[in-house]
Amino acid sequence: MNPDTYDPNFRMPDPERIGEERGSLTRIIQEMVFTVDHKKLGLMYIASGLLFFVVAGVMATFIRLQLAVPRNDFLDPDTFNRLFTMHGTAMVFLVGMPIIFGFANYLVPLMIGARDMAFPRMNAFGFWVFFFSGLLLYFSYLGAPGLYAAGSAPDVGWFAYSPLTAKAFSRGHSTDYWTLSLLMGGIGSIATSINIIVTVVCMRCKGMILGRMPLFVWLFLVVAFLVIIAMPPLSACQIMLILDRYFGAHFFDTQAGGSAVLWQHFFWIFGHPEVYILILPGFAIASEVIPVFSRKPIFGYPVMVAASVMIAFISLGVWAHHMFSVGMTSVGNTFFAISTLLVAIPTGIKIFNWIGTMYGGKLRFELPMLFCLGFLFQFLIAGLTGVMLAIAPFDWQLTDSYFVVAHFHYVLIGGLLYTIFAGIYYWYPKALGKMPDFKLGLWHFILFTVGFHITFFPQHISGFLGMPRRIYTYDAGRGWDLYNLISTIGVVFQAAGILFFVFNLIYSYVKGKKAGDDPWDAWSLEWATTSPPPSYNFETLPEVRSRRPLWDLKHPDDPDWKYE
Amino acid sequence: MISVARGAATDGGTMRPVADMFQPLSRPAEMIHESALLVLAITAGIFVVVTAMMVFVVWKFRRKGPEDDLKEPPQIYGSTHIELAWTVIPILITFVLILVTSRTIGEIQNARMPEGALKIRLVGHQWWWEVHYPDLGIITANELHVPVSSRDNGKRRPTEIVLESADVIHSFWVPQLAGKTDLVPNKRNQTWIEPFATGTFFGNCAEYCGTQHANMLLRVIVEEPEDFEKWVSGMKRPPAVPADGLAAQGRAAFYGNSCVNCHRVDGTAAEGVFGPDLTKLMTRQTIGAGVAPLTPENLRAWVRDPQSLKTGCLMPDMKLADSEVDSITAYLLTLQ
Repeated sequence: MNPDTYDPNFRMPDPERIGEERGSLTRIIQEMVFTVDHKKLGLMYIASGLLFFVVAGVMATFIRLQLAVPRNDFLDPDTFNRLFTMHGTAMVFLVGMPIIFGFANYLVPLMIGARDMAFPRMNAFGFWVFFFSGLLLYFSYLGAPGLYAAGSAPDVGWFAYSPLTAKAFSRGHSTDYWTLSLLMGGIGSIATSINIIVTVVCMRCKGMILGRMPLFVWLFLVVAFLVIIAMPPLSACQIMLILDRYFGAHFFDTQAGGSAVLWQHFFWIFGHPEVYILILPGFAIASEVIPVFSRKPIFGYPVMVAASVMIAFISLGVWAHHMFSVGMTSVGNTFFAISTLLVAIPTGIKIFNWIGTMYGGKLRFELPMLFCLGFLFQFLIAGLTGVMLAIAPFDWQLTDSYFVVAHFHYVLIGGLLYTIFAGIYYWYPKALGKMPDFKLGLWHFILFTVGFHITFFPQHISGFLGMPRRIYTYDAGRGWDLYNLISTIGVVFQAAGILFFVFNLIYSYVKGKKAGDDPWDAWSLEWATTSPPPSYNFETLPEVRSRRPLWDLKHPDDPDWKYE
Repeated sequence: MISVARGAATDGGTMRPVADMFQPLSRPAEMIHESALLVLAITAGIFVVVTAMMVFVVWKFRRKGPEDDLKEPPQIYGSTHIELAWTVIPILITFVLILVTSRTIGEIQNARMPEGALKIRLVGHQWWWEVHYPDLGIITANELHVPVSSRDNGKRRPTEIVLESADVIHSFWVPQLAGKTDLVPNKRNQTWIEPFATGTFFGNCAEYCGTQHANMLLRVIVEEPEDFEKWVSGMKRPPAVPADGLAAQGRAAFYGNSCVNCHRVDGTAAEGVFGPDLTKLMTRQTIGAGVAPLTPENLRAWVRDPQSLKTGCLMPDMKLADSEVDSITAYLLTLQ
């Protein structure tokens, strides 16, 4: 060592101080990259889900603009086809999945009185795999032309029916981006689901037997099992598709004797449970919010658990109701129509139990409750149009029409997204320590609800009038003009609602009232710790004696455990 | 815009561009319609009852003022009797729906076609329909001509349609006639229609099939039996060969260019199978599978550059000279 440059005051840099002080941008990025904390990962899941939600929502706006008037020249057909493919894929895999996993990550350990998920590093791995799978999908806009200079983003639809995905019909690399992105995302989903199951099974606090778990935790346990069952078929068919495209296999290559229907079976064996993977978390949030704002325990807890497990079980045997028009035998069609109709029974039970929970309560119409009421009403409509679609003969008319588009947007927006909004408003004070602003939230609720119904209700009718989905344009005079125009107008209201939502998230964080530990006077364990919770969640691990540990604390004279 | 080609051989009767599935004019759409009405009635009933329950509960048990926050309401955990009631009733409703569904599926899918049913083979292409009448030796495209049937059992004249695809999956859907059945490559599907009213019925390809999925339209022209027979005999008569003039030049240009590699004109050297059969081109109402009415102007525009009418369709811009465009259009106009 050169003695001239020796500095007696030199210290090795403090690893804590790399990236400067706490709160600086580099420090925040460093924390995000290195964290294995379930709460930070949960928020990152939700934040990136919302980011992709805005992107995919803007894509939907372009779709609606193109369809506003007949023979519109706003977009060319290929651009339109890419938009609806990316919109669908992103909304399912990059918005729905990460946001529900975000809720699970943030809340499951808190609700069962644990300090973290069972495998914190795997948790971080799951997040980053998901995040980069999303970037990979969107990178297709730049990278997919590849060597052939053909195509950009995938344009095969979100269920990518073969043989449209074969080399002959999908040149360039757009389909490969889609395939690899979903394959990657699937790995992340399975990792997270294993984590959820192990956490719930092994890390419950003292006294929390399965029968005392919050319904939220029960539902996510069910969802995690569904993911583990449903994801492998998806990954399998993606690998088969890669083999077809690059290694001369002929699974789906109809020109060489492959089967186009085989892809549909694989995809929907994943795809239908996926619908329940997305809607059961909605039920989970509603089952937490509705009791607290009705000031009553959930009505019929054991029945609610049984109904959830039943829905999940039946959902594994209904996939071919997406394929009624593909030319199955009458026996096959009848079987899948019956199994699909059976789903209506446990789903109906759940809706009745939520109403039963509200009956005799004192309903407080705070933001989470408003969104849950919207959910109940809209999910009722979605469920009933679902019954219509289950009637195979009726489905021969309705499938692949705008009626189906309306139906699944009522499920995924009217059902899932409303409960996501409810959940975000409900746990916002817990996660960030500030109360969301009621007035801004009310504007969000009113504008979004009005816009949602204006956009999607008319699509039922244009479906009845024979409008197929996924068409980039249509002729005037087919009876669809008015409904499409109304539909597009609704987007304005929805977009305004979303602006209020995003603004509320930021505004309340800066200017909001301090929340305190338990602003809603709730009963599950996450409200027993500070807002936001410390990285170790609880100073001492709690012990519970009933399904509502905080009720017992607040009402020592009339505790729940006496009745359960 | 919905309009009919002027001067086309058949006028197509009443145009029915609004394909309302609740105004079926054919079996099996009528059979579907019947069960659909029942399902709609049941679901509407459920909707009214459950919505009324929700509204009642939300209104009745709303927080009335700050005094409501002082005391919690009675804590009810559940009730086996009530649970049982709202489990059994949905089970009964579901049971009824299951019976209706199973019966309708069987009636439609296992229907027996009477002797003398017309047979059609429909082949889906990106993005047009190839139509064969195997028993009549007729090949055309994008339009089905079928006779109207009768509700009198002895005079029934349904049409049996075999569905195939040359490339990707398409779907046959003419809502006023029948529900969807897909055209799947490497699989032979079947459906049938039995219209009870004449006119031109509109349908779309209902399974996303690539760039021009939106402009893969199908028309079914239902005619009185005698008009149908007239159409059949017309289709069997080969078009006159133009002796001289512009059309004759066009004929030479047509056979001198690569048109013949993809298109077929019966009884000539044009034997291509990748594009629509042009033998009786001018009997059709539209061009490009419904993208525009088949008028001389549109036909000329199509010959000039198909991409200008139907972006991304598989027929390339042939880069013909203006004189060739004029003469080939003139020749095509004689194909009737």
